[in-house]
Amino acid sequence: MPQNAVPLAFRTTGLTKVYGEGEAAVHALRGVDLEIPSGEIVVLLGASGSGKSTLLNIIGGLDRASDGTAYFENDELTAMSDAELTAYRREHVGFVFQFYNLMPSLTAYENVELVTEIADDPMAPEDALALVGLKERVDHFPAQLSGGEQQRVAIARAIAKNPRVLFCDEPTGALDSTTGRTVLEVLKEVNEKLGATVLIVTHAANTAAMADRVIHFADGAIREVTKNTHKLTPDQIEW
Amino acid sequence: MSPLNKKLGRDLWRMKGQALAISAVIATGVLLLVMMSGIVTSLDQTRLAYYERNRLANVFAPVVRAPLHMLRNLAEVPGVSAVEGRVNGSALVDIKGLDLPIRAQALSVPDAGPPRLNLPDLTAGRWLARNRADEILLLNSFARAHGLEPGDTLSATMNGARRTFHIVGLVHSPEFLYTVAPGELVSDDSRFGALWMNETALAAAYDMKGAFNEALLTLSRSANETAVLNAVDRILEPYGSRGAYLVKDHTSNRFVMEEIYSMRSTSQTVPPLFMAVAAFLLYIVISRMVQAEREQIGLLKAFGYTSFEVALHYFKLILIISAGGAAMGCVLGTMAGRGMVDIYLEYYKFPLLVFRVEPASFLIGVLSSVLAASAGGFIVLRGVFTLTPAVAMRPPAPADYSRSGRIGASLSRLLDQPSRMVLRRLTRQPGRMLGSTLGIAAGMALAVAMISLFSSFEKTLDLTFNVLDRSDVTVTFTDPLSDTVIYELQRLPHVIEVEPTRSVSATLRNGVESYRGGVNGLVTQPRLNRAVDKNEDALTMPSDGIVLSKSLAGEIRAAVGDTIQVDVHEGRRPILSVPVVGITESLLGAPAYMELSALNEAMREPGRVSGAYLRIDAAEAGFVYRALKDMPSVAGVSLKEDARQAFIRVMNTGAGSMRFIMAAIAGVITFGIVYNAARIAQAERGRDLASLRVIGFTKGEASFVLLGELAVVTLMALPLGAVLGYFLTYGVAAGFSTDIYQIPVVFAPKSYGGAALAVLVAAAFSGWLVKRDVDRADIITALKTRE
Ligand SMILES: Nc1ncnc2c1ncn2[C@@H]1O[C@H](COP(=O)(O)OP(=O)(O)O)[C@@H](O)[C@H]1O
Ligand SMILES: [Mg+2]
Repeated sequence: MPQNAVPLAFRTTGLTKVYGEGEAAVHALRGVDLEIPSGEIVVLLGASGSGKSTLLNIIGGLDRASDGTAYFENDELTAMSDAELTAYRREHVGFVFQFYNLMPSLTAYENVELVTEIADDPMAPEDALALVGLKERVDHFPAQLSGGEQQRVAIARAIAKNPRVLFCDEPTGALDSTTGRTVLEVLKEVNEKLGATVLIVTHAANTAAMADRVIHFADGAIREVTKNTHKLTPDQIEW
Repeated sequence: MSPLNKKLGRDLWRMKGQALAISAVIATGVLLLVMMSGIVTSLDQTRLAYYERNRLANVFAPVVRAPLHMLRNLAEVPGVSAVEGRVNGSALVDIKGLDLPIRAQALSVPDAGPPRLNLPDLTAGRWLARNRADEILLLNSFARAHGLEPGDTLSATMNGARRTFHIVGLVHSPEFLYTVAPGELVSDDSRFGALWMNETALAAAYDMKGAFNEALLTLSRSANETAVLNAVDRILEPYGSRGAYLVKDHTSNRFVMEEIYSMRSTSQTVPPLFMAVAAFLLYIVISRMVQAEREQIGLLKAFGYTSFEVALHYFKLILIISAGGAAMGCVLGTMAGRGMVDIYLEYYKFPLLVFRVEPASFLIGVLSSVLAASAGGFIVLRGVFTLTPAVAMRPPAPADYSRSGRIGASLSRLLDQPSRMVLRRLTRQPGRMLGSTLGIAAGMALAVAMISLFSSFEKTLDLTFNVLDRSDVTVTFTDPLSDTVIYELQRLPHVIEVEPTRSVSATLRNGVESYRGGVNGLVTQPRLNRAVDKNEDALTMPSDGIVLSKSLAGEIRAAVGDTIQVDVHEGRRPILSVPVVGITESLLGAPAYMELSALNEAMREPGRVSGAYLRIDAAEAGFVYRALKDMPSVAGVSLKEDARQAFIRVMNTGAGSMRFIMAAIAGVITFGIVYNAARIAQAERGRDLASLRVIGFTKGEASFVLLGELAVVTLMALPLGAVLGYFLTYGVAAGFSTDIYQIPVVFAPKSYGGAALAVLVAAAFSGWLVKRDVDRADIITALKTRE
């Protein structure tokens, strides 16, 4: 049992992932043991290629581990069928991607609607967009929005279903500092208002300052986990 | 509306050109299906209804001269439900202003009123008055062709005596749906007529008082047809039976049935071809769309959309395109069918022909297009299921060109950068290029097959009217005459050459197979009406057997060396056993040939001729016609040129006209395919092109990368399409051929050139459309959207 009283959102033991086989095999994860308490902002920090996205994909239910176990609360993700994983993502998980991944043929509103359509208890798409400060741009197509705006639509889309966990893979990777800050503000707000566990993957050390917990990742394994006793707000972060 | 459906709507709008092109291919397939099966249904149902209403006989029993009381014996044959005897004589009609006499059939009707069987329908005027010997009813189409009306007079020669008649009414008749002179194959309203007269009068004219020379029989449903035919022949034997036959062998009905068969077989072979092309196109388009939208698919899955939901989204696209095309095809097919019916009425003289499509045809059209399209789609959608959602998380990876191999240094120096890009893409993604190449080649093949049809028709025309028949005039005698008549003809001024012939009607049998036709006796070295072998070299008529046309040989499954049985229906009506000694090429009809004196010998009627082929001085044709008209033994004179013109007219307006529609359709499809290939290349390369523009390539250089690819693919498709087209031509020719005319496969370089030209024009035009779009495209938008 974990020492803290807060229940765990995620727990993994001996999680490994090997891409390919034989000579060409890439060991992306080499036995990851991890605990992430519910409701925290957790930053996964590590060099490019260290396996962060791989880990996130597995506990996000997008990909399968080669070995080891991963739990979401009391459910074993590594034992789930495709249909169960789909249901898990549908009900509990929000994703924000580095490249926004909006549907180019849908407006901001419709991109959010794409998710609220299939969620159990979603917020109204306009509310989600208001939360990220895009009330005015609901009818714009992705091509008509700047990178930061697109990313905020992506966040609105991720939070609109009131997810239990929010996965963000390099959410500010393609953004300038001001826009990046705005995006981080929104993530913080979502964490506070919705109580969602937020897992941010980044290679930028400065982002770590806003986290409750920082997981240092290197070469497919956890190097060290630190807890921030003194969290910074995104606008205090240096870029 | 759900956002996915909105995406669907916008995707459709974005790819409207392609969607329309594919829908058009499906629509044409369904159009042909609906139109052809509608025509088949309409012709067949109207035919049957008309036959039934006017009580067309099931059996026709021609005889030389049988006393009327024999009809009672015929009625007693088990299975026979009604019998009627009549006089059926051949007449020559004299139309004012025409040099040539026209052949007609004169039929008797009871003095008391309309006959019970083969009832003609009055379309104008009135029925014959009792006891009037000078009144006739005239076949409506013949009257119209010569501008004759009730109230006009008509003079005709019957049995050598010339008389003048009053036309009192015009009629349609179920036994003259298709009017064609005996021995001829092409309908011409003006050159063959039929007239009806009171029995007493007609019997007097043909010396048939108290007798009949044709019995009409209807059968009960359970009748054994062969048994009835045998019984009838036996009863009429002492009176000169000419062989009873079923309505299926009746000339008019045979032509209508051939039309129906041919239309049915075309409707079963050609539309599926279009469906296959459409399925292939959809497969390419959807597979590339799914390829391009891999990340979007991954994303949807990441959000928790099930594979099924995502696949359904793309499937809807397939459904809309195919069902839309099918619906369009149903509407257009019905419209086209209505139009075709009017054309058909020109040739098939139904009193009324309403275009009707069985609901099942619509259903088959829609279902088969949706199924064909889905078949293409399902292969792709399998890919949707296997795609992991994690792809959405990955940055767009540049397509891997590493395996495309180093372009040799020397080649590299020769090619500029854009050319190298084209080359790399072709070598790197051979699968995709092959898809486009195959698609365009399919279009080319279709074009080759359709254009080849035109050459085929020309070939039929040429072989029939230039190679086989080199005469100007064919004369038919009333009865087989002594061959001295040939000298009579030769003595006529302006007649250059005369060649005698004897044709006898007969049923040819080989085992269980039989064909009711005839045997033509030709001189040993025919010059005017010839039979030729495969190489179009004239055959010398062998005196020791029979030569069959290829189509007849096929019909009765006979080959050289077989001995076949010939039941002659004339003269002493001998039953001959003759060896097959040769096979000839013939594209019209299914003739059989014997050497003239050998035939006469077999008939035990030496020195007889039934007709002659003439070559005449064209400038003095009128003189020759008048001279022939004055010869009492002449039953008919037909001009080759008239027959040729009639054939051309039939081919251009009847079933043969389908080739124009098909050619137009092949054009549409070829363009659709090429255009599709160009659009797909554009969609896949849009981003690359924008990048090229950003780094300083000109618009021209950027489009070169795209158009160069299209050009290479098109050029590769041409030889492939030519080969595919060669084989497709065989299939199409077989589909178009009927019992009455065969469509040969002609390898004409101009068909291939024409098809290649069509593909190149389509490619140039598509390229231009795409280039226009590329030039207009906003670089920034292209870079921002990942597609
Ligand atoms: N689909 C894949 N196939 C093969 N190797 C992969 C794949 N995805 C990731 N890798 C490899 O796994 C390692 C970890 O990748 P990733 O988790 O994306 O790293 P990070 O997100 O930390 O940059 C890298 O070496 C990468 O090349
Ligand atoms: Mg990563």
